[in-house]
Amino acid sequence: MAEILVKNGYVIDPAQKIDGDVADVAIRDDKIVESVSSGARVIDARGKVVMAGALDVHAHVAGPKVNVGRLFRPEDKLFKSPEAQPNYRVEMGFSVPSTFKTGYDYARMGYAFVMEAAMPPLHSPHVHEEIHDTPIIDQAALPVFANNWFVLEYLKKGEIENSAAYVAWLIRATKGYGIKLVNPGGTEAWGWGLNCLKLDDPVPFFDVTPAEIITGLMKTNEYLGLPHSIHIHQNSLGDPGNYTVTLDSLKLAKGMKAKNKFGRTQVMHSTHLQFHSYGGDSWANFESKAKDVMNYVNQQKNITIDLGCVTLDETTTMTADGPFEHHLNALNHLKWANTDVELETAAGVVPYIYDKDIKVCGIQWAIGLELGLFTKDCMRTFITTDHPNAGPFFRYPRVIKWLMSQKAREATLETFKHRDKVIDATEIHGIDRELTLYEIAQMTRAGPAKALGLAGMYGSLAPGMDANVAVFNLDYKKMPSNPEKIEQAFQRALWFIKSGEIVVKDGEITSHGNKRTLWVNAKVKENPQVVRDIHEKFIKDYTVNLDNYPVRDYLAPNPFVIDVDVEA
Amino acid sequence: MPKIVTDVGCPYCGASCDDLEILVSDDGKKILEVYNACAIGNEVFHHASSPDRLKRPRLRQPDGTYQEISYDEAVDYTAKVLLKAKKPLIYGFGSTNCEAMSAVGRVAEKSGAVLDNCASICHGPSFLAIFDNGYPSCTLGEVKNRADVVVFWGCNPMHAHPRHTSRYSIFPRGFFTEKGQRQRKMISIDPRETETAKLADIHLMVQQGHDYELFDAFRTVLRGHDIPDEVAGIRKEAILEAAGIMKNARFGMIFFGMGCTHTDGRNHNVDIAISLTRDLNTVAKYSIMAMRGHYNIAGPGQVWSWQFGFPYCIDLTKGTHAHMNPGETSSIDLAMRDEVDAFINIGTDAGAHFPIDAVKHLRKHPFITIDPNICMASEISDLHIPVAVVGVEEAGVVYRMDNVPIQFKKVVDPPEGVISDEQLFDRVYLRICELTETEPTWIPAKGHAKAPVTAGQ
Amino acid sequence: MATVTLTPYKTPELFLECTTITPDAFCGKAPQEIAELEVREGKTKLRMGDYFHVEGKAGKTPEETEIQILGDCTRVKYIGFKMTGGAITVNGNADMYVGGWMKGGKIHVTGNVHSFCGIAMEGGEILVDGKAENYVGCAYRGDWRGMRGGTIRIRGSAGNDIGTFMLGGTIIIEKNAFIHVSTHAEGGTIIIKGNVEGRVGGQMVKGDIYVLGEVQYMLPGFQKIEQVEKEVDGAKVKLDHYIGDLGERHPKSKGKEIYANLFVRAT
Repeated sequence: MAEILVKNGYVIDPAQKIDGDVADVAIRDDKIVESVSSGARVIDARGKVVMAGALDVHAHVAGPKVNVGRLFRPEDKLFKSPEAQPNYRVEMGFSVPSTFKTGYDYARMGYAFVMEAAMPPLHSPHVHEEIHDTPIIDQAALPVFANNWFVLEYLKKGEIENSAAYVAWLIRATKGYGIKLVNPGGTEAWGWGLNCLKLDDPVPFFDVTPAEIITGLMKTNEYLGLPHSIHIHQNSLGDPGNYTVTLDSLKLAKGMKAKNKFGRTQVMHSTHLQFHSYGGDSWANFESKAKDVMNYVNQQKNITIDLGCVTLDETTTMTADGPFEHHLNALNHLKWANTDVELETAAGVVPYIYDKDIKVCGIQWAIGLELGLFTKDCMRTFITTDHPNAGPFFRYPRVIKWLMSQKAREATLETFKHRDKVIDATEIHGIDRELTLYEIAQMTRAGPAKALGLAGMYGSLAPGMDANVAVFNLDYKKMPSNPEKIEQAFQRALWFIKSGEIVVKDGEITSHGNKRTLWVNAKVKENPQVVRDIHEKFIKDYTVNLDNYPVRDYLAPNPFVIDVDVEA
Repeated sequence: MPKIVTDVGCPYCGASCDDLEILVSDDGKKILEVYNACAIGNEVFHHASSPDRLKRPRLRQPDGTYQEISYDEAVDYTAKVLLKAKKPLIYGFGSTNCEAMSAVGRVAEKSGAVLDNCASICHGPSFLAIFDNGYPSCTLGEVKNRADVVVFWGCNPMHAHPRHTSRYSIFPRGFFTEKGQRQRKMISIDPRETETAKLADIHLMVQQGHDYELFDAFRTVLRGHDIPDEVAGIRKEAILEAAGIMKNARFGMIFFGMGCTHTDGRNHNVDIAISLTRDLNTVAKYSIMAMRGHYNIAGPGQVWSWQFGFPYCIDLTKGTHAHMNPGETSSIDLAMRDEVDAFINIGTDAGAHFPIDAVKHLRKHPFITIDPNICMASEISDLHIPVAVVGVEEAGVVYRMDNVPIQFKKVVDPPEGVISDEQLFDRVYLRICELTETEPTWIPAKGHAKAPVTAGQ
Repeated sequence: MATVTLTPYKTPELFLECTTITPDAFCGKAPQEIAELEVREGKTKLRMGDYFHVEGKAGKTPEETEIQILGDCTRVKYIGFKMTGGAITVNGNADMYVGGWMKGGKIHVTGNVHSFCGIAMEGGEILVDGKAENYVGCAYRGDWRGMRGGTIRIRGSAGNDIGTFMLGGTIIIEKNAFIHVSTHAEGGTIIIKGNVEGRVGGQMVKGDIYVLGEVQYMLPGFQKIEQVEKEVDGAKVKLDHYIGDLGERHPKSKGKEIYANLFVRAT
């Protein structure tokens, strides 16, 4: 029995409405408890901020397209990889880090859980192999559904029960977590080099619209009562003027109610909203529509979002939105990888430089932050960079700095070549809001935990929770006037205890911890038609045999399985 | 009663067929029949049941003969060779599973070795092209379900990937390709009249070594410019005709092989093929794919990319980071320049595949072969460690030529006492830790055994 | 300028990686300190002094520091790695990466160099009296930002992949080259005074190539537009002017596409 007492820190735990009280956090084995014995190891957190381990609701950290990004960018490694810690694995890569660097860097920032945001089902053994090689952090993965032939066919006919039976089977087979939608219908259209840019653009040959796919999968999700809601990357990502498509998709959630036993209240998670909040009709008059979008989000309690903040780095874009990557490649002419996956999805990968001296990049930077600053509910607004699309995940501390400090935002604006044009096309310059540590903890802890249906395990320091505790070098009573100190504090935690084990001390890794893979075991009553459909498609259309398709148990050796039973 | 094991993966070529059925003897020890496989795949399974399989490691004696030793002794020998060398090279992995590739990553990092795989002498140039120009590709099922134009450039699947055309590329009927072969136009570009070329609607007999010029000609005419009357031995009219077919595809596919990667220009032939694919995507949907040779030679490219960021030619001697630059850190260059001082040949036959001068240099230093079979490399080695045959006696993940992971099954037990590549590397790793008095850094959970698939299930 | 001399006295069994043989690493140091600089042979860490006698005096800055290597460096990599100023002379051959990622200063190798000479160079000068193997002035694997500035002059011949992904600067090969010159280039100038077998300017977007000998196999994507007379490396030459690679994308200026130029000695 291992006991740890994190003593006298400024505790920030929105789930318990604790904002900076000086208190102790007691840990026994892998849980937080009321109190521990006098023999407990004491960590002195006096004058420091103590938070629960953070959750990343959306990042591309494991799987085929992430690995394409690693494989085809040796220049992302050269002179850009830090020296390995003695006795730990090498840490290669900048924008697309190796699995080891991924685990280490998240732990250094005090992250306990990371959601791989897009798992192509056919490649799910690959995703799990990578998760397996990512140390310390707990992970889960969202299989993609919105271009899956089974789903398109069921939803075209409005068959929610069949859709649910299939979705439940696929989540089980892939050891997945929930329902991800990427460019509904558009990615299947990309199979012919086409796209669906609006919600009523029918998918070629399948004759179903993006709106029907979104609504159908939302209903499927609530029918099944999954811990997470549908998690959607909307149509028309990255296009000037796309905010209307965004609002149209968000409106599909109107009147829908969350049905689940996990405490989740949203029915739609709209991801990397920065890429979907664009005004104008060309790159020339490109402008922010963050305010319009957030005005709507603020009113709708059944929607959660994450930001997708641009960090102004050289990075690697990667998405199951195949047509978007092709489009991006036509703009920047850099190398382009694409992987269309039979019957299921696609993916594209293109390096991208968010150059502070390019007007559009500056506006994108502003939009991501505006979304966070216009929010009226930090429990429904989460910090992401859509890693690595808008920037690498290890820039979260920089995003936090910008959100917490107008001075830091202005300082960055000052470095822009087209500062005035950026100011004209956005509202960032006039915003004096500075988020508090409590709000940051909502956006990175309590909020995402609730949205993922994991509030009973993560995101809080209440007794009974998993013992994920981070101590940061920040004085709650005397926050530094230099915003750089905020970034530094969140970059490297003084201490991070993950599942009861000290994995980080003074910003350095001290243990490989006990990582787990979370997956959802969704069960519906046997559906003979869906069973027959699955068998038939594997015989006729797939190139892999059905028996070899589900992820074998040994590939997820430390599972945490969440059971979901749908009563008949 | 003999039993049938179904949905078995074939550990032969990069087509990685997973629909084999194997008839196994009553006691589950012997393979009696192999169904659905091509002739070569068939042979791989029967060979595993051969009575002269080696069951223990063999160490070269001062008199030149081999003597059997225990696995413990072999592990100790290997660990010490790796530690003593200034720059050991671990090469191969054409025929093993990803679990072994992951396990060797730990060993190479800990011992400061160079880690390379057979791509180095095969599709390595394709990696160079992918680094420079990307890889617009797809899974083989996309070809099956959608492709109406298929180009085979410098490859001959009818021989090298016997079931490729029937399972994926030419003959199958898919969702949008109900008429199968009748719905597909097939173009072969090859200096030889191969079996694949004979099957094609159009065969362009490119002058050997001039593929790059022909690709450039296609790109030039696709942009509406004129080209000389003859390029790379092909008349302009024939180029225009083929370009017309390619352009009018709904879903086009370009497969390329060693005819591109191992003629002059190597990576550039693939690079410009990728450029052509990009161009064609402005008028139709197009993908390109390397015809990878072995059933899991795509595996190390995946595993090591997620572990080290590089697919091959990984120099881990720096200790703090990995370095990759083929031309310097590639096995043949290292061997020819006499830049390594110990060699482990695993799951391949460097003795047969490397230039003789390279082998001569390598042979000056400790030389270890890890392979189930006796091969040229094993016969010139200081130590030969036999292991279980992956796909027959050992399950595991393999990556098909389109990078789709396939979970291969185990069909029969290996000969008694014979261990897997993965087990061997884990033991070498632990021995290195003992010898260096360091803690093993990370052994993944071993609690869950692999899918217990045996005969009869 | 202060001069440090390195006299090699031992041949490494494998190859030495000497990223520290640069005016930047030497400046401000006494010979005994320079002798302590780390060099690598495989995974073994060694001292400069284990392979070289170090004498003389380093300047205060890289610009004021000259390094004279009195002997053969056939098995020494990375001479002049990332150097920003000063000078290095190798009296003999050098191995790979001479002047790799170099930003300024001068390197003179009196013998031959192996591959990757001047890889991803940004500025400065490299002069090689002998021949070069492959990848003169190329980009690092996967990088679309190749050589950006500076000058490389190889008095002998060179192999393949000269100036891949070149963006700027000048490469002069005084004898023959094999294949692939300026592949994927978007700038810069390459002069080959001898013959080239082929693949000159493949996938080239922008930039200039001069071949004063013959191109055995021209790419179909290059089209002759005129004959011109130009001064090339100090001599007036009559040249056939080709534009290309017509198969590749090209930027537009005022509605007109800008092509790469290939000039070949007129016959």
